[in-house]
Amino acid sequence: MAVRKNQADLTATEKRNFVDAVLELKRSGRYDEFISTHNAFIIGDTDNGERTGHRSPSFLPWHRRFLLQFEEALQSITPSVTLPYWDWTVDRSPRSSLWADDFLGGDGRSGDGRVPSGPFAFGNGKWPMNIRVDGRTFLRRSLGTGVRELPTRAEVDRVLAMTVYDAAPWNSSSDSFRNNVEGWRGPNLHNRVHVWVGGQMTTGASPNDPVFWLHHCFIDKLWAEWQRLHPKSGYLPTGNTPDVVDLHDTMKPWNDVTPADLLDHTKFYTYA
Amino acid sequence: MSRPTRRQMLHGSAATLAGAVLAAPVALSNTAAARPAAGHGHSEGHQAPGGHEMPEPFDEVYQGRHIEGWPADEEAPENGSRASDASHGGHGSRAHPRSGQAGPHEGMDFVVRIDNDDLHVMRNADGTWISLVNHYETFTTPRTLARAAVRELQGADLVPVVTG
Repeated sequence: MAVRKNQADLTATEKRNFVDAVLELKRSGRYDEFISTHNAFIIGDTDNGERTGHRSPSFLPWHRRFLLQFEEALQSITPSVTLPYWDWTVDRSPRSSLWADDFLGGDGRSGDGRVPSGPFAFGNGKWPMNIRVDGRTFLRRSLGTGVRELPTRAEVDRVLAMTVYDAAPWNSSSDSFRNNVEGWRGPNLHNRVHVWVGGQMTTGASPNDPVFWLHHCFIDKLWAEWQRLHPKSGYLPTGNTPDVVDLHDTMKPWNDVTPADLLDHTKFYTYA
Repeated sequence: MSRPTRRQMLHGSAATLAGAVLAAPVALSNTAAARPAAGHGHSEGHQAPGGHEMPEPFDEVYQGRHIEGWPADEEAPENGSRASDASHGGHGSRAHPRSGQAGPHEGMDFVVRIDNDDLHVMRNADGTWISLVNHYETFTTPRTLARAAVRELQGADLVPVVTG
C-alpha cells in the first residue's frame, strides 16, 4: 500500500527519487499530457454548463483520480515513489525546505519571476514550458506576492467543520464544504494557494509547476479528513443533475470511474 | 485623433482596418460612463449568469499593451452588424480551445484581447470574471482582468492554448 507523506518529512533520497521521476516523465513527454488535460478541463468547466474538474462537486474526486494517474506514472519510473503533500498551513514561508534546491527550487527572481536554481530551473535545460499560455518558456514563481498569506489552520478547520459536501447550484456559488475548499467562497483555501505561489501556478496550465501535485495532494488529504469528521455526510448530488457528475456518473476523461469509486482513498493509498 | 484611427496606426493590416471601422461604436462607448447592458441591445438570447449585466466594451492602452474587450455575442453571425471574425484583426483561424466545435469565441460571454491575441476569459456565477492567465482569482470586470493579465505577462505575448 502506497503511503503519502508530508513533504517536510521526506528523506534526501525520497526527494531525489521524486524529482528524478518527475524529470523523466517530462523528458518522455508524458508530463505535458497531464498539463494539457488539466488546461482543457479548466477551460471547459463552466458554472452554467458542463463542469467536471473544477467549480463542481467532482472537483475533489476528479483531482483524486488525476493525482492517482500521475502517481502511477511516477511509479512506472521508480516504484517506491509516492506523491508527497504540502501542508501550507504549517510550511507557509518561502524559506521552507519545500523550496530548497534539492527539491522544488526556490522563489522566482525579481524582474521576470524566473526560478533561478533547483532541478526545475530553466538553466538546467530539463524543464521546458511546452504547454503554456504565453511566450515565456521558463518556470516562474512569485511566492507571497499575489496574496500575502497562505491559509491558516484555523481557516482550514472552519471549512472542515461544514457538514454538507456540496449544494445546488453545484458550482462556484455553492455554499458547501467542496466550494469552500476549492476557494470560490469562504476563507479561500485551494485557489488562494495557487495565487500565493504565482507564476504558472496562477494560470490554467498550473501543473507546469511540480508544486501543483503537492498542493493538490494536501487538498485531497483535507477531503479525507473531512470524511472522518463527518462519517454520515456523503458525496452530493446523487442523481439526475444536468451538467454535473452525480455520485454514480462516470467522469471524463477516463469514462470508467465514478465519484463513488473514489470516495475511499485507502483502497489506493494512505496518508502518513 | 479618434480611437479607431489610432487602431489603424497600431495594426496596419487590411483586416484590422475593417475591424477598426466596425468597432467604432465600441471605441466611442469607451469614453462614456458605465451604461446598462440593455443599451447595447444584446439582452436577446444572451446567457447572463444570475442575470448580471454585460460589462461595457473597452479599448485602451495599458502599460504599453493594447487591451480591448466586447460582448461576444456582438460578433455572432445572427446579429449581423458585427460581421465576422476577420473584422477583429484576422485571428479567425487562430487555434482556440474550442475552435474544433465552433467559432473561436464559442462558450465565451466576452471577448478580451491583448495586442490582438485572444485571452480566454470566463464569467463566474456571481458575475465576477477570471482569465486563463489569472485562473484562481476573480475580477469585477473584464477590463480589470485584462489589466491584471498585462501585469502578469510582463511584456510576454499570449499564445494559442494547447489543450491536447
